[in-house]
Amino acid sequence: MLVYIIRRLLQTIPVLLGVTILVFSMMHLIPGDPAQIIAGESASETQVEQMRERLGLNEPLVVQYGKFLGGVIQGDLGNSIRSGNPVSAEIGARIMVTIELAVYSTILSIFLGLIAGIVSATKRYTFWDTSIMIVALFGLSMPNFWLGLMLIQYFALPPLQWFPVSGWGTPGHIVLPVITLGTAGAAIIARMTRSSMLEVINQDYIRTARAKGVKEKYVIYKHALRNALIPVVTVVGLQFGVLLGGTVLTETVFAINGMGRLVIDAINARDFPIVQGSVLVIALLFVLVNLIVDLSYRFLNKRIELD
Amino acid sequence: MENNQNIIEVNELQTSFFVGGKEVKAVDGVTFSVPSGKTLGLVGESGSGKSITSLSIMRLIAEPGKVKGGEIKFNGENLLDKSEGKMRRIRGNQISMIFQEPMTSLNPVFTVGDQIAEAVMIHQGLSKKEALKKALEMLELVGIPSPKARLKNYPHELSGGMRQRVMIAIALACRPELLIADEPTTALDVTIQAQILRLMRNLQDELGMSVILITHDLGVVAETCDYVAVMYSGKIVEYADVNSLFANPKHPYTVGLLKSLPRHDIDQEGELSTIKGMVPTPDDMPKGCRFAPRCPFARDMCRESLPHLEEEENGNQVRCWIHTDKWDGPEVNVKHDYESAASQQS
Amino acid sequence: MAETTVNKPAAKPPSPTIENLKTIFKKLRKNKAAMVGGYLIIFFVIVAIFGPLFTTGSPSAIDPTNRMAPPSADNWFGTDHQGRDIFTRIIHGMSITLYIGFSSVLIGAIVGVFIGLVSGYYGKKVDAILMRCMDVLLAFPGILLALAIVSVLGGSLQNVIIAVGIFSVPMFARIVRGSVLAVRKLEYVDAVRALGASDTRIIFRHVLPNIMSPIIVQATLRMATAILTASGLSFLGLGAQPPTPEWGAMLSAGRNYMWDSPHIALFPGLAIVIVVLAFNIFGDGLRDALDPKTK
Repeated sequence: MLVYIIRRLLQTIPVLLGVTILVFSMMHLIPGDPAQIIAGESASETQVEQMRERLGLNEPLVVQYGKFLGGVIQGDLGNSIRSGNPVSAEIGARIMVTIELAVYSTILSIFLGLIAGIVSATKRYTFWDTSIMIVALFGLSMPNFWLGLMLIQYFALPPLQWFPVSGWGTPGHIVLPVITLGTAGAAIIARMTRSSMLEVINQDYIRTARAKGVKEKYVIYKHALRNALIPVVTVVGLQFGVLLGGTVLTETVFAINGMGRLVIDAINARDFPIVQGSVLVIALLFVLVNLIVDLSYRFLNKRIELD
Repeated sequence: MENNQNIIEVNELQTSFFVGGKEVKAVDGVTFSVPSGKTLGLVGESGSGKSITSLSIMRLIAEPGKVKGGEIKFNGENLLDKSEGKMRRIRGNQISMIFQEPMTSLNPVFTVGDQIAEAVMIHQGLSKKEALKKALEMLELVGIPSPKARLKNYPHELSGGMRQRVMIAIALACRPELLIADEPTTALDVTIQAQILRLMRNLQDELGMSVILITHDLGVVAETCDYVAVMYSGKIVEYADVNSLFANPKHPYTVGLLKSLPRHDIDQEGELSTIKGMVPTPDDMPKGCRFAPRCPFARDMCRESLPHLEEEENGNQVRCWIHTDKWDGPEVNVKHDYESAASQQS
Repeated sequence: MAETTVNKPAAKPPSPTIENLKTIFKKLRKNKAAMVGGYLIIFFVIVAIFGPLFTTGSPSAIDPTNRMAPPSADNWFGTDHQGRDIFTRIIHGMSITLYIGFSSVLIGAIVGVFIGLVSGYYGKKVDAILMRCMDVLLAFPGILLALAIVSVLGGSLQNVIIAVGIFSVPMFARIVRGSVLAVRKLEYVDAVRALGASDTRIIFRHVLPNIMSPIIVQATLRMATAILTASGLSFLGLGAQPPTPEWGAMLSAGRNYMWDSPHIALFPGLAIVIVVLAFNIFGDGLRDALDPKTK
């Protein structure tokens, strides 16, 4: 197991390097002169030159990348063009909100998804199964920003006004954004759990359990579920990443001051260091979560050889 | 056959599967019994309904299958009348089952010890600690080396033969009166097969249980069984004690099976004879005797009407027109004439 | 052993040629939900092509006297904050939505299938490098990759298509690579190579036709994701720009007025849901029909 952990860590390094290279190149892939575009169309030639200097665009590419990577390792992501503050500080001030939002939404989608999936699988081909699967299909097909708008429309605006329209902080603020972000994930986990349960229920060892005289309740919740959850774990990891990305839309809809809003504002203001920094941080976070999920998958799935 | 001597009596068992609005009769009026302490071999090709018969006895037929009729008397009580709760207390306790695929029949996420202990905990109400002790005893009983260490192993850490021993340990943990073994050795290497069969026979003597051994291998039957029921297309075609069956097979299908068995005691020249044709599919079930399309002796009467299972004086049974008064063909000695008749079959 | 059955199943399923398409279609027809999805898609395509001919006004015809009117006989879905007829705009937006979905999936499929074929067929170092590149792309979760690309290229319909296309590449590459590895193991590929066929010929004549099923399934399901992602980018103001009647952009412009007029945000969203739903249902059905694992 330890060998596997080390090998898996080593495998992550090229991906992380690739991520930094890609994020670094963002600035250079801008069509035209990045300094001109970032400085704005009305900028004078000296202003553009100053911008070029400030972004370090005069140096050879390799040197630029070296500095970028060195900075990333030390937690220095450059300075915001708009505010002049360090990017890491700007992100640091916002990141917890986004992580909270993603974590709560992941918890919601696991909770809802598992229950729906298990009910659906155990009551296969009944009214409940069909209803749950139809709802899941809708959940999967709904743009989450639209779901957010609709939730605001019906639960935050008059007449109901159960929840605040926007912002973050109190428990009431959490409900609508988390539903908005968690619904698609719940749908995916429900579908995955259902098919995984149905596959497991047909396995020989389930028949063995029944032949042993195990109560049907335990056949499902002890013998089947433990096995069915193994593939679901990987989906949960991927979902967490998708949710991290999805916060961009949810935060925009609910005017939550998280990293998603930060990115969008930065894109609109052409504040490239902020865009680069945020994208990089989210990607690193995602790679990290996937690493953890992968390792726990290994741990759960004892059938995989631990060579 | 007196009732009190039979551990189990299956009468006119009907099990069907309902697929796409159509009924497929997997087991169609099967009748047999197993005398106490004896071993019955249930023999037939794949698709003959032998596994479905065993699952019907366990009442483990899953949707879209259903036991439609007949009765299964275990110790004089009809299992088909029992509530699911009562049936559950019989499963793994009085009637146990082991399956063909030891590789997939154990739950991969639980240790071997836990899986054996579970049965004991359910049926004997033992604590986990006591149950694990019992599990250890069972592992010793089925001859697994260093049983203490194995207790904590997961199934994937064991070989196929070892896993089947674990399956046997699970099945026998509660000292059942009847063990149903569904092709227990088919998936194993030949040398392991012999070991497992010997183990089963020894444990049977030791525990005094009855066994239904399901197999397609007549060689295994000859070595282990007291009685044999030959199944074909959901029906019993011949039932006999093992000596009579091998010495004097009555049904052409039984003879065909025996002919296709490789013999080690005599030098055999040429190819093994096999039975021509295929097992009929449920959509294409013959009207008369189900074996008629493949039978070298088949006549019009065979193709038109289904013979009954006729009991002979010695208690053996056969379902074939040849052995009835109504037979309208020339006199046939099924065993001797089979090969010449088969060679003329087109 | 006395095994007397002779009916051994054929070793290799035939490649999906015309006959196979027929059986696939047969299976598909049995799946009612999939058929509904399929008919819906056909209906959407017809609406996209002919719909604009039947709508009375222009999608950008402003009517200041009739702003934010609720649904009525004249304006089935009401009018927006500039008095434009929402129904007309949604009908005109259908072709944009399908166009974005189709072209981005096509880009993703072509590039992804190529990478997957090369990676799976040549293996070793080529495979390792290409797959690490795909891992890097996959490290940007969900909409983030498309967002980053659009932030670089600038917000426009065309750039959204490119961004969503690139976003789909790794999915196709991985699936194709996996299928190629499976097909390569089949003996007949070795046999063909022994006959002296070139790599390109083997890939395009023998490998590609065998892995069409997972590609088609993936493409259908990807349509759903692509439409959702693209509408999200437009909602963020990074895709189709007003006054284009793109549904995400309509939602973005309409959200400020939904306080008073819920219908402005309701109908464009419903349109997205129904189109995405159709592709999801059809994709699910296709997968069931094409996947040999399910009966």
